[in-house]
Order: sequence, then structure tokens, then C-alpha cells
Amino acid sequence: MKVLIPTPLHSYTQGPEVEAHVPTLAEVLVDLERQFPGIRFRMIDEQDRMRPHIRFFVNRRIVRELGEPLGEHDEVAIVQALSGG
Amino acid sequence: MATKETQARTSRSGSPTKAVRRRRRRLLVLVATRKGAWLYHGDGRRKSWRVDGPHFLGQIINHLVLDPRDGQTLLAAAKTGHLGPTIFRSTDLGRTWREAARPPAFAKAADGSGRAVDHSFWLTPCHANEPNVWYAGTSPQGLFRSEDGGDTWEPFSSINEDPQYRAWMGTVQDGTPDGPKLHSIIVDPRDPAHLYFAMSGGGVHESHDGGQTFAPLLEGLEVVEGFDVTDPTYHDPHCVRLCPSNPDRLYQQNHCGIYRLDRPGTEWVRIGKRMPKKVGDIGFPLVVHPRDADTLWVLPMDGQTVWPRTSPEGRPAVYVTRNGGKGWRRLDKGLPERQAWWTVKRQAMCADALDPLGLYFGTTSGELWMSREEGDDWDCIARHLPEIYAVEAAEPA
Repeated sequence: MKVLIPTPLHSYTQGPEVEAHVPTLAEVLVDLERQFPGIRFRMIDEQDRMRPHIRFFVNRRIVRELGEPLGEHDEVAIVQALSGG
Repeated sequence: MATKETQARTSRSGSPTKAVRRRRRRLLVLVATRKGAWLYHGDGRRKSWRVDGPHFLGQIINHLVLDPRDGQTLLAAAKTGHLGPTIFRSTDLGRTWREAARPPAFAKAADGSGRAVDHSFWLTPCHANEPNVWYAGTSPQGLFRSEDGGDTWEPFSSINEDPQYRAWMGTVQDGTPDGPKLHSIIVDPRDPAHLYFAMSGGGVHESHDGGQTFAPLLEGLEVVEGFDVTDPTYHDPHCVRLCPSNPDRLYQQNHCGIYRLDRPGTEWVRIGKRMPKKVGDIGFPLVVHPRDADTLWVLPMDGQTVWPRTSPEGRPAVYVTRNGGKGWRRLDKGLPERQAWWTVKRQAMCADALDPLGLYFGTTSGELWMSREEGDDWDCIARHLPEIYAVEAAEPA
């Protein structure tokens, strides 16, 4: 599946898009961490909660649970919620 | 054999004169802001400055500190408006940076009730007797330690999860506008097991056993009228400093005034009462003299009514005591005379170690000011920076 990366995280991925082949959103994040050390903690806190200004969309639908199941052809978008000046 | 020139620069004792010593030393002023970090490289005379930056443009940098033990390693406490907190580390004075492998993070709670670090706020390198050891204070209040030069961090002591300390820390709603903070982590230069830290809010605390246990250090301090002075919850220390030339002396700027504590005594004495009534003794930063424990600089702010936290009457000034707080003198030569409504945050004022000592402060309006003569006159060396959160003066190797 395709995972779209927001610009604040390009310093980790060196690009706007990466590929993943895992069955849940939680595992996407683990896979990203394996490839790009440090990236998960910028999005998910130490209590495994999504950080306040990070949102995840699957096929343009917002998801709020890391256990969200994913299909091989889904598109995951990681989005930074704007937070003022 | 000495040349005529070097003879002229050498004192009668044969040691280099102050002027020569100043020229040989290099200075680095580290400026952490709401939107990045800047490094100002100065010559020993503090006349010319070369700017290096921005580093981490757009990232919130709460503290940027040079390790005095090697004069090369920099740690930067960073986050962005969107991303979680981290620590960046450079071992070549900022030419390259690497992210910490494990930034400060609280222990995970099985029931989901655990806290999350919003940002690392304060960084303290230990002394030469503890190589590679650093402490970090966070928002919400947490105390962390690294033993590998800042690459990996672990929760330190029991206070992060201790029920009594958690009660004293309060909630996010009880803290400062951008989150409650643990700060002013102090390691006694004579004994690394003797530690202090402060919490806004939550008071000042001390350990004699290397952080296994801490106890409040509140005697003599005032709190806002009507609250229980014996409860650390109601104490809001803004900044605590230990005097390097006399580690038994501490100064504290808090929500209610300026205080001094001489150990082994346990009672803080309010020395700010001798400040001019019109100015008061409310503020955030404190700077101690590295060689004279009786000398202290403060930068008062307006703490009346709704707490504007601006320069009193729009006329900023530094105040100095040369006698441990018995008297104060206003130092405002070169600073704006009117309509200057900025202030200076608790980490944004510091001193170098030259003689005469240089003072530096960064304002909420993004100006960097310095004095080469211990505050007697002031020059602005940078304008138009983002809001300045911290300023540190250091000497690179």
C-alpha cells in the first residue's frame, strides 16, 4: 500500500511517499520506525496515543484507532493538523 | 625570549594580561527560539559576531546547550507544532546533527493513564566527575537522565511516577500557559549525588542520595495570598541558580519575589524586598557571577494585576546586587528608554566567564542584547529573531 508522508517528516523519509505491506495501521508505524528510526515517536506518544496535531486517513477517511485493519490497495495518509502561527 | 609586543601585553607577574586572555578565548552564544536556533560566534573581545543559522528552522527549540566538558557537543531540545519532542545532538559545534536514539519519554502505563512528554524544556550537563551524563526536565514535569552524552534517555528517580510528587505537580491546567515544567536542574559541583530541581508549579526539591529520594525545600518562601504555604503545589519557582564560587549559596526568582538560601541553612530569605517598590521583584531569569557569590543580576517584569509580563512601564532594565541582596542598582544604559514592552524568559539570560564578565539576554520580541561590562552598558547584537526562549554563553574547545 501507499503511505503518504507530510512535509514535517520528509527529513526522515527523504520523500513524500513510502510503501508498506502490513495488515494494520499500528504495524505501518512499526514498519516506518524500522526503516526511519525516530519517526514513530514524533507521531505517537509513549502511551501509544496519537499526538494532538497528527491525524491518519485511510482512503481519505479519518481513522482514530491504531488497530485499523488495512488492505493491500489502501492508501494511508499521515496529515499534520494546522496549529496556528 | 619575549618580543617587545608580547612584553607589552604581559603583566608584571609574567602572566598574560586580561586583554590578551580575552583575545585568545572564543565565545559561542547559543540562541534557542520558538522557530529555530542560532549560534553567534564571537571573538574574545566580544566586538564582532558571526551568525550561524537558522538551525532547525520552524522547530520549537526550548534549550540549546554546549557540553562544557568537551566544548564540542551541543544538545538541542526540539519539537514542532505538529510533531512530538526529541533531542538533537551535534558533536561538531552544529555542523551536523543527529537525533537522539531514545528521547525523554515517561514509562508506559498499562491502564492507558500514563503521561506523555510534550517537550523537553531544560538541559543540564553534569560536571567533569560524571562524564557524558546529562539531565533533562520536561513539560509536563518529568526528570530524565542520559549517561551516553544525550543519545538515550531514561526516567530518573522515582518522582515521575511517585503519587505524592504527581499530586504536587498538578495537572496541565495547573501549569504555565504552555505547560507545567521541570527546570533548574542543579548538580552540586562537589558531589554529584547532591541535586536540586524546581517545578512550575511544584516547588524546589533536593536530593542527597543521587536522586533516589527528593524532599521539598520551601521554608521562608511565600505563595499567593490565601494558599497553603506548606504545600509544594502552590509554589512556583521561575528560576534557581547555584553560585559556582560558593556552592552553598542558591538564589531563586519565583512568582512572589527574589530569594537567597545559604546552606546548610534551610530558610530562604527574600532579598527582593530591597528592590525599588515601583519596579518590584517579580521576573523570570537570574544570573549569578561565576567568581563572586554576592553578585546577582535580575530582569524584573510587570507582575501586577493580570500579569502583563512586560518590562515595567515599558522601560526595561537589569538590576544588580553586589552584596548578596542588601542593595540593588539599576542598569539600563543603552536599553530602550520607553515603549519597550518585551520581557525575558527564565532561560534567556546568562553570563560568560570573561573578566570583566559579559551578560546576554534574548527578548520575547526577538532581540539579542549584550553587555561587555557586567551590565553597565548594553548593545543589541541581533534583531528580528523569533521569540527567544533560551540564551547560553559558552566557550568552545
